[in-house]
Amino acid sequence: MAMPVAGVPTETPAGQLPAGRTLARVGRAVRSSRKATVGTVLMVIFILIALFPGVIAHDSPTVDAYAPRLPVSTAHLLGTNAYGQDLFSQVVWGTRNVLIIAFAVGIAATGIAVLIGVAAAYLGGWWDNVLNVLTDVLLVIPLLPLLIIIAAYAHGASTGVMITAITVTSWSYTARQLRSQALTLRSRDFLEAARVRGERRLYVIVMEVIPTMTSLIVAAFLTNALYAVLLSSSLQFIGLGDPNTVSWGTTLYWAQNNAALQTGEPLWAIAPGACIAVLGAAFALLNYAFDEIGNPALRPVRKVRQKKGAQ
Amino acid sequence: MRYVLRRLGFFVLTLWVALTLNFLLPRLMPGNPALAMMSKFHGELGPNALHALEILFGVNSHESLLQQYFSYLHQILTGNFGTSLSEYPASVSSVIGSAIWWTIGLVGVTTFLAFILGTGLGIVSAWRRGGKLDSIVPPVFVITSAIPYFWVAMVLVLVFGITLHWFPTEGGYYVTTDTPGLNLTFFQDVLNHAFLPAMALLITTIGTWILTMRNTMITTLAEDYVRMARAKGLPGHRIMLDYAARNAILPNLTGFAMSLGFVVSGAILIEYVFNYPGVGYMLLQAVSGEDYPLMQALFLLITVAVLVAILAADLLTALFDPRTRTAR
Repeated sequence: MAMPVAGVPTETPAGQLPAGRTLARVGRAVRSSRKATVGTVLMVIFILIALFPGVIAHDSPTVDAYAPRLPVSTAHLLGTNAYGQDLFSQVVWGTRNVLIIAFAVGIAATGIAVLIGVAAAYLGGWWDNVLNVLTDVLLVIPLLPLLIIIAAYAHGASTGVMITAITVTSWSYTARQLRSQALTLRSRDFLEAARVRGERRLYVIVMEVIPTMTSLIVAAFLTNALYAVLLSSSLQFIGLGDPNTVSWGTTLYWAQNNAALQTGEPLWAIAPGACIAVLGAAFALLNYAFDEIGNPALRPVRKVRQKKGAQ
Repeated sequence: MRYVLRRLGFFVLTLWVALTLNFLLPRLMPGNPALAMMSKFHGELGPNALHALEILFGVNSHESLLQQYFSYLHQILTGNFGTSLSEYPASVSSVIGSAIWWTIGLVGVTTFLAFILGTGLGIVSAWRRGGKLDSIVPPVFVITSAIPYFWVAMVLVLVFGITLHWFPTEGGYYVTTDTPGLNLTFFQDVLNHAFLPAMALLITTIGTWILTMRNTMITTLAEDYVRMARAKGLPGHRIMLDYAARNAILPNLTGFAMSLGFVVSGAILIEYVFNYPGVGYMLLQAVSGEDYPLMQALFLLITVAVLVAILAADLLTALFDPRTRTAR
C-alpha cells in the first residue's frame, strides 16, 4: 500500500489545450508507452471479467458443492477450499466487488479532490488556508487505523459503508496535487481573459480550469482507485468487511482463518492475493504512465537516443 | 522560526482533530456500539473502571455532549485510557506498554534500512539514467508498491517459512522455549523471528524511496551547478553525491513524512500475518475482542507516533534547508 510516487506536478504543456485534444493526446500516449499499454490491457480484461463472470466460471462461488480440498484439475482450475467451494469461481466472481469499490471510490474521491483542490487554488486567500489545512490534516492521519476503528464500531463494513468511509478519508493526497497544478494555472492569460469578460467564478472553475487539468485528474482517479483496492482488500482480509460478500479480500480472510498456508492449501491465499496485486499493478502502471505524460522530464531517455540514431 | 512555529501549530491542530475523531466516532455510530460492549462486560467491571468507560464512550451519561467532551479530553490528557476489557483488570496503558517496543524495533529498524537502501538505489539509478539499474528498478517497484503488504508477508511465510523452513513464521520469539532477557540466545531468537516481517515491510516500502529520490535527482542533475561541476572536471562520485544527491534528498525527507502513515498501516497488516506481538496485532485483537478502550488508545498512540515523526521530519527539513527558515 505504498504511496504511488507521483512527481511534483509541474506546468504541463497540456495546460493550454482544450479537453478533446488532451484526450486524443492521452490516447496516443497510451499506445506509445509500454507501461500504459500493459496497464490498459490488464484493466480491460478485469472489467470484462467483472461484467461477465459467469462466462468463464460456471460454478457458484458461495455454494459448498464439492468435496473439500480438491487438488487443481480441469474441473477445478484452482482446486476447492476447506468448505468445498470452487476457488476459481470465487476469484472470478470476486472481481466485481473490488472493481465496484475501486471505481466508486475513484470517482467520488477524485470529485471531492477536484472541487477542494481547485477551489482552494482559485479562490485563494482565506478559502485557500481553510481548505489547505483540512487537506493537510486528513493527509497525515494514518488511514488504515482510522478505517479499522470506523469498521469496528460499524461491526464490519458492508460494501456501501466501505465505499463511503474510504472516499471520505482518502481524497486528500490527490487534492493536494490538483491544488498545486491549479495554482500554476492561476496567473495564465486565458483565465485573466475570462475574468475580464466578467465570467462567474463557478463558470471559470468548471469550464476553464478543470478541462485543462484532464491528465492530472485521470491520474488522481487512478491513485484513488488504487488506494481503494488496497484499503478495501486489507479491511476485508482482517475480517472487517462483510464476511458474506464474494470478493478477493473476503476469500483471503477465510483462507487466513483456516490457516490455508499451514494446512497445504496455499492457492486459497495466493490466488486472490495475486489478483489484487495484478489489479493494483494495472492501476499503478497506468498512473505512472500518466505521470510521465504530465511530467515529460520523467520519460525514459532511451527512446530519445534511438530516435537520434535513426535520423 | 515562523516555519517551525507553523509546523508546531499544525502538529497541535492534527492532534486535536485525532482526539476529537476518537471522541465523536463511537457517539456518531447508530446505536452507540460501546453500549453493547459495556453490557457484555457489566458484571466483571469494578465501579472505577466502569466510570472511566462511561467518560470515554459517553454511555449512561446525563451530561451534554460538550461537557462529555471536556471530561473526555481531561481524562485522555491526564493519561487515563481506562481499563482493558480483554486483559481485565490491567490498565490499557500497561497492556500497550508490553507491545510497543516490538513495533518500534521492527518498524524503526526496517524504515531506517529502507531509507538508506532506497535512497542509495535512487541516486545510482538517476545517475546512470537509462542504464541497467534504471531500466529494471523503477518499473519493478511501481509494481511492488501496488502489492498489498499482507500478501507479500503471506508469500514470504509460504516460501521461507513453510516450504524451506529457514525462518519462524509467527510470534516475536519462541514463547515456550525462550525467556526474554538480555542474553545472546534471546537476541538471536528475536532477530530470527523479525527477519521475515522486516523483509515484507522492506520490500513493500523501499519503492517509494527509490522513486522519489530518482525523480528529484533527475531534476537536480539538469541544474546549472551540476553542469558547472562537470565543467570543472570534478570526479563523478563527487558530483553525484555532493552536488546532485545532497540537493535532491530533501523531498525524500518530506516524502517520508507523508508516507509514514502507509508504513504504519503496512506494519499493522504484517504484524497480523506473523502474529507479531506489536501494537498493530494488538489493535486487531482489540477489534475482534470488542475491547474498545484498548482500540481507542491504540488508534491514538499510532496517530500520535505518526504525527511526532512528521514533526521531526519537518524540523529536520528546517535544519537542512535554509530557504524554509528565511522564506514566508
